[in-house]
Amino acid sequence: MIDFLTNFLSGHADLIITLVKIILLVFIALTVNAYLTWFERKMVAHIQSRWGPHRVGPHGLLQPAADGLKFLFKEDPTPAGVDKFVYYLAPLLALTLSLTSLAVIPFGPDPIHLFGRDIYLSVSPPDLNIGLLVLFAITALSVYGVALAGWSSNSKYPLLGGLRSSAQMISYELAMTLSVVGVLLMANSFNLSDIIKAQAAHPERGIFGWNIWPQVIGFFCFFTAAIAETNRAPFDLPEAESELVAGFHTEYASFKFAMFFIAEYTSMITVSCLCTIMFFGGWLSPFPASWHFAYYLPSLILIPSGIWVMWDGIRYETIWGRIVLPGIGAVIALMGIALIVLPHSVNDYIQAPFWFLSKVFGFLFFYVWMRGTLPRLRYDQLMAFGWKLLLPVSIANVIATSFVIIIYPYVQHWFSRGGP
Amino acid sequence: MTPQLVIFFVLATLAVAGALSLILQKHPIHSALSLIVVMVALAGLYLLLGAEFVAAVQIIVYGGAIMVLFVFVIMLLNAGIEEHTNFSKLAGYAGVPLGIALTGFIAAAIARSTDSVQAATTGGNIASTRQISTMIFKEFVYPFELTSFLILVAIMGAIVLAQREK
Amino acid sequence: MVPTNYYVILSAVLFGLGVIAFIFKRNIISIFMSIELMLNAVNLAFVAFSQSKGNLDGQVFVLFVIIVAAAEAAVGLGIIILIARNRQSLNVERVDLLKL
Repeated sequence: MIDFLTNFLSGHADLIITLVKIILLVFIALTVNAYLTWFERKMVAHIQSRWGPHRVGPHGLLQPAADGLKFLFKEDPTPAGVDKFVYYLAPLLALTLSLTSLAVIPFGPDPIHLFGRDIYLSVSPPDLNIGLLVLFAITALSVYGVALAGWSSNSKYPLLGGLRSSAQMISYELAMTLSVVGVLLMANSFNLSDIIKAQAAHPERGIFGWNIWPQVIGFFCFFTAAIAETNRAPFDLPEAESELVAGFHTEYASFKFAMFFIAEYTSMITVSCLCTIMFFGGWLSPFPASWHFAYYLPSLILIPSGIWVMWDGIRYETIWGRIVLPGIGAVIALMGIALIVLPHSVNDYIQAPFWFLSKVFGFLFFYVWMRGTLPRLRYDQLMAFGWKLLLPVSIANVIATSFVIIIYPYVQHWFSRGGP
Repeated sequence: MTPQLVIFFVLATLAVAGALSLILQKHPIHSALSLIVVMVALAGLYLLLGAEFVAAVQIIVYGGAIMVLFVFVIMLLNAGIEEHTNFSKLAGYAGVPLGIALTGFIAAAIARSTDSVQAATTGGNIASTRQISTMIFKEFVYPFELTSFLILVAIMGAIVLAQREK
Repeated sequence: MVPTNYYVILSAVLFGLGVIAFIFKRNIISIFMSIELMLNAVNLAFVAFSQSKGNLDGQVFVLFVIIVAAAEAAVGLGIIILIARNRQSLNVERVDLLKL
C-alpha cells in the first residue's frame, strides 16, 4: 500500500505539485482578499476622519471573518422569473475567471529545489510563451459575468447596470491592451518572466532600468484603463450604491454577492501584479546590484514593524487585544530576525518575492487611496474618456515606442559618449 | 491512449455537445452560451495543435468581443423563447436525417482523402508569435491592410444602420 | 500525436451541425450564430492542416477569417436590430415578404 502510494506520487509528481500550488494559491488569494477588504474599510475610514471597523477583534482584524460568516449564514433568496441557469452561472463565472488569472503570475524567478525537482513560484510553467495574452483572454471573458448577471435578474435596474458595466469594460479593454504594446515591443516576448528579465538587463541602474521611465504614458493609460476594467472608483458608476441601486449585483444575496465581491478584489490584485511586472520591474530591487545593504532591507522593515505592533498592542484597550497584538508583533519581529540568523541563501531567495509583494501592496494602497479620494465619473463622461482620450493616447504611445525602437540603433552613438 | 488523445477527445466532446446544445436550446441566450463553450473548446484544440497565438486571439476576439456583441443584441432586443410555428412536418422528419447524412458524407469523404496526410512528426512544433507576425507583415501585408479597411467600412456601416430615425 | 484526420472529421461534424442549426432555427439571431459555428469549424480545419504541413499559412488565414467574421457580425447585427425595429419580431418566418 505504502509503496503503491509512493510509486503513484513519484510517477505523477508534476501533477501533484501543481495541485498543491493551486490549493495554496487559492487559499492565499482568498485570505488576502479578506484582509484587503479590512484594509480598504480602515483606510477609507481614516481618509474620511472616522475609525473603520474596530470592535470585532483588535483593530477590527476579525471583521473579515465576521463578514464571511454572515455571507454563509444569510438567507439566499432567488427572485421569481429569473433564468435559473444563467442566474447561477454568472457569479460562478466571475469568480472562477478572476481566480484563474492568478495562475500565470510569477512571484519569483528562482525555483525551490525540493525532492530533486525545480518548483517555480507560479502555477503555470515558467516558459508559457503567451502569458500576457492569457491574462487578456481571461479579462475579455469576465465581461460575461457582469452582463449575464444583469440580464438574468429579471429586473430593470440590474439590466441597465449590467449593460452599462459591460459596455464600460469592453471599451476600456481596448485601451488596456494597446497601452501594454509598448512594453511588449521593448521586451520582445509575451512571457511575464521575460518582461521582468528585460528590465533587469542593466542591474547597476536599479530603479532607473524599470519600464516606467520610457513608458510613463503607457503606465498611466494602463492603470486608468485597468481601474475602469475592474469597475472600481472613480469608474464605479454602474455599481455605486447611490446610483443604480447596486447595479448588476442588486438581486444577488449572500453567497452569490460574496462571489462577485471576491471576484472584484481578486481582479484588483491581478491588475496590481500586472502593473508591477510590466512597469515597475516585478521582483527587481530598486537599488543597484552593488548596494549590498539592500539585502537586509526585509529584516530592517520587519523587525521595527514587529516591535511597533507589540508596543501598540501592549497599550490596547481590550484584554484580548493586549494578548493577540503583541503575539502578532512578536511573530513579525521573529521572521525578521530569522532572515538574518538563517543561512544567506534564505535571505537571498526571499528578496525577489519580498520586492514583488511590496510593490503589489503599494498598488493596492494606491487603488484604495483613489477610492477614498476621487469622485466618480458620470457614465457619458466615462465612455467619452475611454474612447476619445485613452484609446488615441495608447495608439500614439505604440507609434512613438515603435519609432524610437527603430531609430535607436542609428542614434545610439549619441548616448554613449563618456560612459560604458 | 496518450494524454494528448485523451485531451483531444474531451475537448472534441465538449465542442460537439456545445454545438448540439446550440441547436436544441429554445432561448437564444442559451444558444449563445453554448456557442461560447464551443469556441473555448476550439481554443483548447488550437493549443493542442501548437497554435498558441491563434488560440489566444480566438478567445479574446471571438469569445470576448464578437459573442459579447451577440449577447448584447439578445439582451437589448429582448429575444424570447422561440415560438412554435406549425409548418410542414415533412421538413422535420426528412430534414434531420438528411442533415446528418450530409454531415456523415462530408466527414467520410474527408477522412478517406486525408488518410495519407500525416500529422507533423516533430512533436512540440509550437508556432511562436514572432513567426506569425513576420508572415503577416511580410507576405500577407496586402490582405492585412485590406482587412483594416474592411473593419473601417464595417464600423461605418454599423453606425449608419443603428441610427435612430430623425 | 493526434492524427490530422481526427481534427478534420471533428471540423466536418461541427460544420454539419452548423448547417442543421441554420436550417432548423427560426430566431434570426440563432441563425446568425450557426454561421459563426460554421466559420469556427473551418478555422479548425485550417489550423489542423497548418500543423500537418508545418507552415504557418493556415494560422495566418485563421486570423483573417476571425477579422472578417468580426466585421460581418457587426454589420449583420446592425441589420438584425433594424429588422426587429421594423417588424417587431425576430422570427424569420415573419420576415418573408418585402411588404411590411
